Amino acid sequence: MIEVSNLVKKYGNHTAVDHLSFQIEKGKIYGFLGPNGAGKSTTMNMITGYIASTEGKVMIDGHDILEEPEAAKKCIGYLPEMPPLYFDMTVLEYMKFAADLKKIPRNQKDKQIKEVMDMVKITDMKDRLIKNLSKGYRQRVGLAQAILGYPEVIILDEPTGGLDPKQIIEIRDLIKGLKQKHTVILSSHILSEVRAVCDYVLIISHGKLVASDTPDNLERLAAGSNSLLMKIKGEKDTIRKALETIEGVTGVEMSYDSDEKLWKTKLSIQENVDIREKVFYAMAKANCPIYEMQVKRVSLEDVFLELTEGEKKSAGKPESSQWKPVEDRSSEEEKTQEEKNGEPEKASDEKEGDQS
Amino acid sequence: MTAIFKRELKSYLTSMVGYLFIFFVLVLTGIYFSAYQLSGGYSKFETTLSALTFVFLIGVPILSMRVLAEERKQKTDQLLLTAPVSVWDIVFGKYLALVAVFAIPVVIMCVYPLIMSKFGTISYDSAYTGILGFFLLGCANLAIGVFMSALTESQVIAAVLTFVFLFAFYMMNGISSFFSQTSMSTAVAFGLLIVAIAIIIYTMIKNVLISVVIGAVGEIALVIVYVVKSSIFQGGIQKVLNVFNLSGHYDNFTNGVFDVTGIVYFISVIAICLFLTMQSIQKRRWN
Repeated sequence: MIEVSNLVKKYGNHTAVDHLSFQIEKGKIYGFLGPNGAGKSTTMNMITGYIASTEGKVMIDGHDILEEPEAAKKCIGYLPEMPPLYFDMTVLEYMKFAADLKKIPRNQKDKQIKEVMDMVKITDMKDRLIKNLSKGYRQRVGLAQAILGYPEVIILDEPTGGLDPKQIIEIRDLIKGLKQKHTVILSSHILSEVRAVCDYVLIISHGKLVASDTPDNLERLAAGSNSLLMKIKGEKDTIRKALETIEGVTGVEMSYDSDEKLWKTKLSIQENVDIREKVFYAMAKANCPIYEMQVKRVSLEDVFLELTEGEKKSAGKPESSQWKPVEDRSSEEEKTQEEKNGEPEKASDEKEGDQS
Repeated sequence: MTAIFKRELKSYLTSMVGYLFIFFVLVLTGIYFSAYQLSGGYSKFETTLSALTFVFLIGVPILSMRVLAEERKQKTDQLLLTAPVSVWDIVFGKYLALVAVFAIPVVIMCVYPLIMSKFGTISYDSAYTGILGFFLLGCANLAIGVFMSALTESQVIAAVLTFVFLFAFYMMNGISSFFSQTSMSTAVAFGLLIVAIAIIIYTMIKNVLISVVIGAVGEIALVIVYVVKSSIFQGGIQKVLNVFNLSGHYDNFTNGVFDVTGIVYFISVIAICLFLTMQSIQKRRWN
């Protein structure tokens, strides 16, 4: 459908997009993910023919965007980051203008405009001037414009930017609905959005494609796979020995929490193995009570941070930061765990638990 | 193209700008018409037209400043440039809308000779030739305005630039008379021009060698021509500046001459300006 090969965009000495290559297939929702300034919008602008590439090629349905711009642009509907709206027009006038620009045949024009306006729910607003619309409605009018003409590819640059949560959900559902007939490419820096909407994720950092896969695969392939975070009471060596003998454990990291007088332990475990039960019995046998246990799956967020921050390796800082939020909201959980475990001696150690 | 033309025309006629322009042209026409024709009793409508050329200095910038600058500022050019229309369609559609707005007062002007005919015999031929000239001059000025509007995203800068250029072209007769007509001074001026061109080429391609070679070749050719036959430089500056003398060509029309070279001249100015407009839009896409 869309073939991007070796796309480069340079602004003077600054390389905004650096040899980007990927392919887009029919009937899927693709997500461009990247931090601000990663080159998402620039890439989209090049695919849609708004700006020309310094090097490289964009083929849309077999048409080169620079050599046969009109044929290629016919296949694309584009909603830029800032919806391109004429404030002095009413919504209906604007839709008619967009339909004329896209050369929609006269006999289908009114029908299509009505369908699309119903789809994005702006029919009630059709006689309002665009300058009087709220941000959310402006975004919808822009989206309606992109859908108009039912192009094969719909490209949306941050379609939910600046919307309230209810509108975000509505727009997301709308985008999901588009999948049946169209290929959708959307950009975002909101991970949950990409996770919720996209079938395929392209992560871009500093103008380079650093990863492209389905969200599930990305999470699975990420370095470190899964891990188990625990707080255990007891002697360091006893705990370590007991844990290392468990099948499926690939690594143990321990650090002492002097406030709680507990060992913060991180177990690296093999994929798709649930060893929680084994850990529980091993610790029970070694007489080391478990205060807390949490399965930590690598999220898309971790993948994103790891890939886009490049130089920072995930081994040091990110893991300790994974620990901290657990500590902060620990007191209540610990209390309930204690009660379940029915181990009375812990209560004396647990100062916060006593107070609450 | 028709979509852009229709939108643009509608936007001029639903906002103040279009009416302001029409009002401005018609008020001044009315003032001169009552002064020359109604009170003065001149039978030639061309005298009014020839006095009117300065309306373009103010009217054209007002009308043309927003035509492309605003699109760029509001980012609505993203809609146009990603739609399946060519850049030529965009530029020409917008230009035609401006011409259509300008045509409204011109059509109304066509009534004035008819009013005059009630009071005596007048030459319709020369009156309508004058109106044709006025229309062509206006169209050429609008094309210049469109080009200036494509250069910047600020409407104010576009308006000021348009005014400066139109004013320079309006005053071209006077400006060219400042310069000496001797072949020596012409050769020096051309020499400086070649240096300037070489510098411009350097800023564009950033290659010292090529620009120096181009400059040197130009200067040497200039010196050779000057040594061989200096008389061809006589009045050269005036000849060059005359290319920009829009009002000079217009004067033929107001003198009752149906000047075919003038028509070709104005159409060329329009074509060049619209071409440059397209190029400046394209250039921005490539940078």
